[in-house]
Amino acid sequence: MIDREQVLHVARLARLELSEDEVQKASGELSKILGHIETLSALDLSAVEPTAHVVDIDSALRPDVPHESLPREVAFSQAPDVADDGYRVPSPQA
Amino acid sequence: MSDILDLSAAQAIAAIDAGELDPADLFEAYRAASAAEDLGALSWVADAAPADLAALREQPLRGLPLAVKDLFCTEGVPSQAGSKILEGYLPPYTATVVQRLQDAGSSLLSKTHQDEFAMGSSTENCAFGPTRNPWDTTRVPGGSSGGSSAAVAAGLAPWALGTDTGGSIRQPAALCGIVGLKPTYGACSRFGMIAFASSLDQAGPFARDVTDTALLYAHMHGRDPRDATSVGLPEATVLPTAQRLDGITLGVPKDVERDGIEPGVRAAFDAALQTARDLGAEIREVELPHAEYGIAAYYVLAPAEASSNLARFDGVRYGLRTEAPDLLSMYTRTRHDGFGPEVKRRILIGTYALSSGYYDAYYASAQKVRTLIRRDLDAAFADVDLIVTPTTPGVAFPLGSKTDDPLSMYLEDYFTVPFSLAGVPAISIPCGLSEGLPVGLQLAGPAFSENRILDAAFALEGALGFDGSVARKGGAA
Repeated sequence: MIDREQVLHVARLARLELSEDEVQKASGELSKILGHIETLSALDLSAVEPTAHVVDIDSALRPDVPHESLPREVAFSQAPDVADDGYRVPSPQA
Repeated sequence: MSDILDLSAAQAIAAIDAGELDPADLFEAYRAASAAEDLGALSWVADAAPADLAALREQPLRGLPLAVKDLFCTEGVPSQAGSKILEGYLPPYTATVVQRLQDAGSSLLSKTHQDEFAMGSSTENCAFGPTRNPWDTTRVPGGSSGGSSAAVAAGLAPWALGTDTGGSIRQPAALCGIVGLKPTYGACSRFGMIAFASSLDQAGPFARDVTDTALLYAHMHGRDPRDATSVGLPEATVLPTAQRLDGITLGVPKDVERDGIEPGVRAAFDAALQTARDLGAEIREVELPHAEYGIAAYYVLAPAEASSNLARFDGVRYGLRTEAPDLLSMYTRTRHDGFGPEVKRRILIGTYALSSGYYDAYYASAQKVRTLIRRDLDAAFADVDLIVTPTTPGVAFPLGSKTDDPLSMYLEDYFTVPFSLAGVPAISIPCGLSEGLPVGLQLAGPAFSENRILDAAFALEGALGFDGSVARKGGAA
């Protein structure tokens, strides 16, 4: 069971504000989903290696040669707020 | 020629080569149909054919129009991944898979709606409204690539691109009565695909038939220096030709009958197995003892990866920003306003599963179950050539019927998820109707067995004789 405090803790970790209504809903929904996920605990996994990646590959590397990057004005073109050749954000302290 | 929109892509290419069809006329016919569509399938439609259509017609795909799922970045064309947080986003570059298809002669016709960040099985989790199923517009087209599957089924494009993380190509292909292929993980570059779950995401083709699916796929895959997890396939994709299945052994999972399949889907599946026998295939039972744990493992791994991938949407470099007095509030409010309910749900599940004290119980366990499912499939493929299942437990369901019960929506992926977790290729082809709606047959094989899967699917398609034109004529009703 995921209670209200746990929902708020996880939302803080995820940098996600939730409305009061969303907090209430999340508690019930997450409990139900995690209840299903807990069926995994029926398995003895002590001797099993984890799989993080499915295909045995050697990384597709490219030669390390300098090349042109995205032009600055193109990189900035989709940003909500740009000033002095940088992304402008509010101060960390209000 | 009766109606050029009735031509398959391969037929259209043949007509162009015979001088009977002008690619510009074909593009305009699809463009007009797309501009007038009322399924909510498309998020963007081109104003005109590409300026270089004359050059494209010299390439293998002859300038044929292409519909592309919204989450593929397309330079200068809105790429929003179904999310309000990316509304109006114009990428400065094009995804490798789209670029490859354009280099091979595809003309970008449209972008298609999807569940937000590919999270969903109905295309109802789209910030810009749901997509409807052309077979019955009161029902969903499946998801998350539901706009692409609906567009192809309704004749708004000859073929389309989708992505599949846990079933997002195969399930909507099944629900819309078309063909959809999820390739081997790594076959298609993920560069320029807006990420959901990086260890699972794969691009793949939708088409009306298996030949067109192979034709599009042949120009999609290949190693890409910009995606370190991409791999080169050991053989080129060849167009399928098999008429028979002699010498092919198909495995049916032992517990398939107890897994909540609708009776009409079961009947169509059984009939397809009989057709396979008539074509010379041997049908054998296989054991996949851990497949039933696939959904539980998937709904740890995919949300965990998503919670990390979606951290980039913070209101700084692109997309939505909600103004706030301090930096942290700007982040949290932007994400509150920009993400829809399902995305928030998965970010919370994923963050929880990765958080201190829960990591071993959830994330590490799910990765170990992934190993067990891989072993099950390795053992099965030592015994049979391909595994066959129904693609989904049921047919297309009514809009709104599963939105209040996330877990019932997740179970849509019951048959598709195990193959995703193992990274192996699988196709869905239509195999009949239940209640007047299409039923999908899934064929899966070992890694890199796309040619074998396409060949078997082609032989079955010919014998099954499914008629997809019903949806293009405006549905069964």
